[in-house]
Parts: sequence; C-alpha cells; structure tokens
Amino acid sequence: MSDIGIVSYGAYIPRYRIKAEEIASVWGKDGESISKGLGIYEKSVPSIDQDTATISVEAARGALNRCSIHPKDIGAIYVGSESHPYAVKPTGTIVGEAIGATPELMVADYEFACKAGTAAMQTCFAFVKSNMIKYGLAIGADTSQAAPGDALEFSASAGGGAFIIGKDNVIAIINKTCSYTTDTPDFWRRAERKYPAHGGRFTGGPAYFKHITNCSFNLMKKVNTKPEDYDYAIFHQPNGKFPVSIARKLGFSYDQIKQSLMVPYIGNTYSGATMIGLSSVLDIAKSGDRIFLTSYGSGAGSDSFDMTITDDIIKLHRGNAPLVEQMVNDKKYIDYGTYAKLTDLLYWE
Amino acid sequence: MGCGGVARFWREIPQRYNLIGNICGSCNKTFFPPKEACPYCRRKSMGKMQDIKFSGKGEIITYTIIHSASENFQKQVPYIMAIIKLNEGPKITAQIVDCDIENIKIGMKVDSTFRKIQEDGYTGAIYYGYKFRPCNVLVTNNEKEKCETK
Ligand SMILES: [Zn+2]
Repeated sequence: MSDIGIVSYGAYIPRYRIKAEEIASVWGKDGESISKGLGIYEKSVPSIDQDTATISVEAARGALNRCSIHPKDIGAIYVGSESHPYAVKPTGTIVGEAIGATPELMVADYEFACKAGTAAMQTCFAFVKSNMIKYGLAIGADTSQAAPGDALEFSASAGGGAFIIGKDNVIAIINKTCSYTTDTPDFWRRAERKYPAHGGRFTGGPAYFKHITNCSFNLMKKVNTKPEDYDYAIFHQPNGKFPVSIARKLGFSYDQIKQSLMVPYIGNTYSGATMIGLSSVLDIAKSGDRIFLTSYGSGAGSDSFDMTITDDIIKLHRGNAPLVEQMVNDKKYIDYGTYAKLTDLLYWE
Repeated sequence: MGCGGVARFWREIPQRYNLIGNICGSCNKTFFPPKEACPYCRRKSMGKMQDIKFSGKGEIITYTIIHSASENFQKQVPYIMAIIKLNEGPKITAQIVDCDIENIKIGMKVDSTFRKIQEDGYTGAIYYGYKFRPCNVLVTNNEKEKCETK
C-alpha cells in the first residue's frame, strides 16, 4: 500500500498585534506579570475585513502555490473552526470556490474547539486511504473572541493552517493517527452567544493534560516509539506554559517543541494553533525527520499524529508562500481602542 | 444589499474571488470585468472571447486616501483605494490593505488577497472578494522575484 500523508501546506497569520501590556493597562492589571504567567507577550488580531473564511482561503492558496496539483483534483474540503462566519452556510463552500475546487467535491465544516483542524486531517486521510478522493484539503482556522476583561482576552487570537492530504508526492507520511475523547465541560460557548465560558482552573488537569497525555501515550504505544525518536513535537498551545509543561511530562525536550511554539508572539489561534505549529516545522523539516503532534479541543478530545518527512520535501516550493516565521515577524501594533473596533467589541444592532 | 444584491453578487463570484476576466481571441486584449464582446474588434470577436484567470499581480497606477466613507466602510477610514494595472493588462480599482498610508506610492508592486468586502449588517449575507496588498509584505524572496520580473 502506498504512503498517505501531507502533500502540501500553507498557513496564515493576520498582521495586527496587540501587546498583553496594552490589554492589561485598560483593565488595571499588571501586564508584565500576566505575560510572564501566561507566557504570552502579544497576540494576532484580525483586520476588520478578515474572518475564518478569508484566513482559510489565504492558507489554502499558500498550500496550492507550493505544489503543482490541480485544484479540481481536490475531492473534499473540511474546515475546522469555532468561529465560522456563518452559523448556517459552510465556510468550506467559500474556500472551495475561492481556490477553484468546485463543484465536484465533498464539503462540510467541523467544530471541535481547538482541534477541529486535526479532525479534518483525519477525515481527509481516511478518504484518501479508501480511494474515495485523490486529494483532500483540511483546514483549521479561527478568529476567536474573548469577552472584554476576561482572562481569555490575553490569548484569543487569529490564524490558520491548511494541509493537502494525498498519496502522490507526499512530503510527510502520516504513519498513524489516533484520538482520545470524553465529555469534559472545561470550555464552551452556548448557541447564539458571542463569547465563550470556561471552567477556570478546570481547564488544566482533567482537560488539556489528561487528554493530550493519554492520546500521546496511546499513539506511541501503537507505533512503538519513545519521545526521543522524534525530531519535532507539536502540542496544542492555549498559552505559553501548557505546551512546555506537557512536553516535559511526556518526556519531550524544549528543543523538540521550540520550532512549533508560536503562542508567545501570536497568542492562541485555537483551531489554527497546531496547524500553524506544524507548518512552522514543515518550513524547515528535512528528509527523514520524524514528527509528533497532539492537538487538544475543549469539550474534550485530542488527536495524535506520527509523521515522517520524505525525500519529496525538497521538491516542494516552500518559498512560494510565506513562512510562518515571516508572518510572525510581519506585524503592526494596535492600541486597545483599535482592537475594540476591529473585533467588534462595541457592537450594537 | 437586499435579495437583488445577493443575486448580483453571486453572479460575480468568479470575478470577485478569482479575478476571472476574458481575452479577445482576435486581438489578444484582456478585460476585467469580462466583456461580452471586444470593443476594438466588435463583430470579429464574437465567439472568440475566452475566460482568463488573472495572476493577481500588478502595479499601482494611482491612488486616493478615503477619509469619509459610507456607513458600511466607516470603521475602515482612513483607507487606500487604488487603480492597479494587472500584469496581464487590465486596470482594476480596489482597496489596498496591509499597507500603512505613509508607505503607499505610485508604482508599488501589489498582489491580490482575499477579504470581506461588505456585509449586510449582522444578519445579512457576507460578501467576499479581492483587495490588494504590497507584494513584499507576505511573500518570500522567490515569490517577490516573480512579482518583480513581470
Ligand atoms: Zn479584440
């Protein structure tokens, strides 16, 4: 059986940033100690004309620019997000039209807090494996919202990643993937509410740590690997502290995760977080590198992936789309007033 | 935009999302938005107009800064509107984003980006389409070369 995996990838991070200090000063808090506590110094902010659909399109176009596949050969698009622009009308329809993949393809939107993008990757992987499609496009993107003054305001940011999954010219073979899911109410947003609610300290131990730990160990058991077998590891990054701490608990070193650790300078991009982290690793990965990834979505669940970079990575035109590092560094700072206007905090009907 | 607006927008999706214009098979002139017939060749162009997808790369010919806008665009002022000459020939009017107003200049190389153009309040449809951004902003050296060689 031929290998199935990532054929191409693209990421997108909006250009605006707001510093944690700036947010803290509005609410009479100490920005420096908050930054230190969260491990987040600034976060990305979508422009007024950007949403999950535009971010998804930019990331998907980046993936297509890097390879030579025809968009009509994409047989499925799954977009994972918790901030789809419409409650009813799939983001994937807009993406499909904007990349020229319509009309003969399968499309649906996914929602699983911050892991909807990796769930989309698993679906595309299965469709390719069963020969139902030639290529699938899996996207994870968000423009996450936080209530003004809420602790989440320091982290909730915007960005996304797109992966084309197939079996020709694979740059990263997906050796194995598995999931771990329970009913854990650590974070939620009720239907028709603008802002999410969360279980405070409950978001750590029984949620993020338990699911990532079990899912990661299960996968390593299935493929018979140890943390030291991997060149890179990517974990969901709701803040700067959790991924460092989970890596240590699982036996991964800081060196293995640092290439994917984007949260200190862009914040938590939710469904985009592990996708952007993986994109950053693929920006520099070499043939033979082994990659470990575990996402986390509140509610709650984790998806783990074991991947190996192939010789074909050198044939991918990585320079045809912006690298994650370039997007992280291309930024314009805004003040809280501008932030409030761009993110519609002042809305009225 | 009411329902008529939605229908018109829907018909224009190929142009707005993917810069689909057309080319006259008789004189090779390109058009955006697409034309029914070539204004130069007229009857000779009948049946010879072919769709073409423009690269989205071009150059700013002229621009203006909008300081006072209609209700839908108030939150974006001041913003830049420009006439862009696409590498393939046609001229197109569009908003320039990801560019500070003090940095905009005639001759600047730009490429297209996908943005929200307008929305019908909090309950209506959202309209997406092209805007343009400076070529050097989010592309690597490879891509920058491609922008500049044409
Ligand atoms: Zn003509």
